[in-house]
Amino acid sequence: MMTIDASGMHYKELNRLIREGIANGVKKFFIENVNGQYYIGDGIKGDDVVININGTPGNDLGAFMDGPTLTVNNNAQDNVGNTMNAGKIIINGDAGDVVGYGMRGGRIFIRGNAGYRVGIHMKGYNEQLPVIMIGGKVGSFFAEYMAGGVIVLLGLEDDDSDELDIDYFASGMHGGTIFIRKKIDFSKFSNEAELYEIDDKDADFLKEYLTDFANSFNISIEEIYKKPFYKIVPSSARPYAHLYTSA
Amino acid sequence: MLKIKNKFNTERDISGCGLCGIINAKKVKTNGSDIKKAISVEHDRGNGLGGGFAVYGNYPDYADLYAFHIMYDNLSAKSDVEDYLRNNFIVEKEEHIPTFKTSKIFDHPYLHRYFIKPKSDRQDKLFHELEDDDFVVNSVMLINQNYDGAYVFSSGKNMGAFKGVGYPEDIADFYRLEEIEGYMWTAHNRFPTNTPGWWGGAHPFTLLDWSIVHNGEISSYGINKRYLEMYKYNMALRTDTEVITYILDLLIRKHKIPVRLALTVLASPFYQKIDKMENDKKKLYTALRQVYGSALLNGPFAIVFGYSGGMVAMNDRIKLRPLVAASNGDFTYVASEEAAIRAVCQSPDMIWSPKAGEPVMVEFNDIKEKTSLKGGLLSL
Repeated sequence: MMTIDASGMHYKELNRLIREGIANGVKKFFIENVNGQYYIGDGIKGDDVVININGTPGNDLGAFMDGPTLTVNNNAQDNVGNTMNAGKIIINGDAGDVVGYGMRGGRIFIRGNAGYRVGIHMKGYNEQLPVIMIGGKVGSFFAEYMAGGVIVLLGLEDDDSDELDIDYFASGMHGGTIFIRKKIDFSKFSNEAELYEIDDKDADFLKEYLTDFANSFNISIEEIYKKPFYKIVPSSARPYAHLYTSA
Repeated sequence: MLKIKNKFNTERDISGCGLCGIINAKKVKTNGSDIKKAISVEHDRGNGLGGGFAVYGNYPDYADLYAFHIMYDNLSAKSDVEDYLRNNFIVEKEEHIPTFKTSKIFDHPYLHRYFIKPKSDRQDKLFHELEDDDFVVNSVMLINQNYDGAYVFSSGKNMGAFKGVGYPEDIADFYRLEEIEGYMWTAHNRFPTNTPGWWGGAHPFTLLDWSIVHNGEISSYGINKRYLEMYKYNMALRTDTEVITYILDLLIRKHKIPVRLALTVLASPFYQKIDKMENDKKKLYTALRQVYGSALLNGPFAIVFGYSGGMVAMNDRIKLRPLVAASNGDFTYVASEEAAIRAVCQSPDMIWSPKAGEPVMVEFNDIKEKTSLKGGLLSL
C-alpha cells in the first residue's frame, strides 16, 4: 500500500511516483489532496492495481489505461478514460466532457452526471467490449460516431417524461449498443439508429453490469429496475456505404 | 527594446488557454491572491506567452474618472500620447503602474496610468459633439492605431486591466496584485494560437468598462471585423478576442440591447431551436439573427466578460471549450477547470457545468434592483 499526498504536486511528479510504485509491486494506492493534476493513471498496466483518488483529478484521467482500477471519490474533469484499453474507472461524483473518447475496452462508471460528447468514437473488437454507465444525465453529442461497445444511461433522478433534452444523440452511430430507461421517439434524433425493446439476451447482459454498478455506489438494484430498459442500435453497420455510389 | 506594436506574421499552434473569474454580488472586496491561486492551477493550459487580469472596484478614489493604462515602447511615444491626452483631457493624476520586477518578468514596456476626463472644450467639439464614452472610445482607437509604440490596454472607470507576456501567476506578482482590492476579478492564461504572444495581445481585452478573457478561436473574425469597421471600431490588435469586446460595446452601450439578449446575438440559438419557440419569442430571435447576423461568433469559445454591472461566462453553441461554475454565498466562481475553483473554494454551495450557449450571469445586487424595475425585453 502506498499513500501519496499530492497537494501542490505537479502531475509529472505524481505520475512518476505511481509508476515507480507499480514497478516495485505496490498494488494499492491512496492519493490524497489531488487538485487538477492531469493524466493520472495514464497508460498504466496491472489488473490487480487499485488507485483511490481523493480530490478533483485533472483532465485525461486514466487515458490509455490498460488494466488497473481507479476510484474517484469526488468529481472528475474532462476526457476521462480517453482511448482506455482495459480496467475500470469509478467516479462517485460528476464527470466532465468527452468521457471515454475512442475507448476500446474496460468500464467507466459515473454515479452522477457526465458532460458533452460522452462515448464518442467508442469501439469494440473481438473480446474487447468497452462499457460506460452513467447514473445521471448527459449533454449533447452523446455517443456520436459510436462504433462499438455499450453505453448505459440510467437517468436515475430523471422525471417520467419520454423526452431527452439533448441534441445530436447518437448521430453517426454505426456500431455498439446504447441502453436507456425511457421510451423516447428516437426518430427525432437520428435515422441511422433505432430504438427497440430489450430481449432476454440483453437482459442477461445488463444484469451483470447493473449489479456491478449498483454495488460500486451502494444503490439498490431495485431502484434501477423500476423502469424498463430500451436499446438503441444502428440500422446498418455501414450507414454511408452508398453515400457516393449506387447500391 | 521590446516592440509592443503587433507587426508579426501569423502562425498556427495548438490551442489551450485557461480562464477564471470571481465576483462578489454584494461588492465585498478581496485582494488578488485568490484569483492568482485559481489561475495558477491552470498553469499547464498556457505556455508563458500571455497572462492577465481585470479587476473592478480597484480605483474608488478616482471612480468618476477614466483610468487609462498605457504601455509604451519608448519615451517619445509616451510624450506624443501625453500631448494628445493633455489637449483633450483633464489629467487629474498620472503615475507609473506599480510593478515589482521578478526573475520571471524583467523585460517589459513602460507602463503608465492616467486618471482623466474629457475636456469640455476638446477638439472634437469643433465638428460634432460626442458623449464622453464615445470620445474615450475614439481616443483609444486613435492612439492604438496612429501612435506607433503606444497601446491603451485599459480605459474604464474604477476598473483596470493588468497584463503582459508571462505566466499569469508571474504577471500577478509583477503587478503586485496582492496589494490591489476589487469586488470582481477575471484572469487569463494564454496559449497563443493564431497571433503571437506580445504584451498588448495578452488578455483581458478591454474598452471602457468591458473586459473579455477568452479561450478558443473565433472563426467568424473576418465577418465580425468588417461589420465593426462600419461602426468605426478599429481592430488594431489582429487578434480574434478584441472583436468580442467591441461587439458587446456596440450592442449593449450603443444599441442599448439588454445584456442577456446581446449574448444571444453572440451565441444565437440554431434556427431549428428558434422554429420551436412561441410566437413572440420566435419573432424576436429571428429578428436578432437577421439584424445582427454579422455579430454572431462562430468557432469554439469560452469567455468571461466583466462590465460595471456584473460578470457573464458563456460557451459557444455546441460547447467546444470547457467551463465550470460554482457559487458560494455571495461569491460566484467560473473557470476552465473545476480544480481552479476548488483551489480557492474547497466546498462551494453549488458547482455545475453550464450548458452550451447558456450564459452564467451574475449582476451586482445594487444593479439588479435597478434593472428588475425595467422589465420589457428582459423578461423574454
